[in-house]
Amino acid sequence: MIDLILAILSTVGALSIFFASIGVLRMPDFYLRLSVTVKASTLGVGLLLICAAIMFPDDISVTTKSIAIIFFLILTAPIAAHMIGRAAYVTGTPLWKGTVIDQLQGMYNTEKHTLESDPKKADLSKEDQIAETDDATD
Amino acid sequence: MSLEAYFDFVILPILTISVLLVFIRLFKGPTVVDRVIALDLIITIGIGIITVYSIRQEQEVLLDVAIILALIAFLGTIAFSYYIEKQKDD
Repeated sequence: MIDLILAILSTVGALSIFFASIGVLRMPDFYLRLSVTVKASTLGVGLLLICAAIMFPDDISVTTKSIAIIFFLILTAPIAAHMIGRAAYVTGTPLWKGTVIDQLQGMYNTEKHTLESDPKKADLSKEDQIAETDDATD
Repeated sequence: MSLEAYFDFVILPILTISVLLVFIRLFKGPTVVDRVIALDLIITIGIGIITVYSIRQEQEVLLDVAIILALIAFLGTIAFSYYIEKQKDD
């Protein structure tokens, strides 16, 4: 019974990692690659670590280490993906030609690295006004 | 098929083929951010390979290496994205 659970968990984990690697090779765009990679690889490695935790039932340190790695991966993988996606958008990585909508278009001030909800405020002509409000808060 | 043979002849080859496929993207990658996420994915798959290897060898000490690798993958991606974003200012 334990062997069957281990086989199912490890198979699902290895296949998710395999699909993540196929996705990072086959997707046409950086942003699609990023979106397909992070979730699937986190799921796959998490399932393999759960396998390791079940495999050593007598040793409590293995369970602790596995839970620590899973927690760390779930905590840090979205942060790293967000940071690298933001850096890619700032440096102007091209989008796929079939992209339907770019919701950040015109809202990112590339000079000051700030994000506005109103596209008109991201213009450089409004820079003085932003500077004044910064002084007022000081 | 026993579980040990299943780990040896099914799970580890799938993970190895995955690393090879990601290596193709690491070499091809049109932009530098593609290479950064390919490197991140290679380290993440490496954590999985270390886990399966520690199951097969019954050496639970190897999981410490997996913790350090997870830390290095996160810090490496953060550092790469920080400097890629700063690069535009110059």
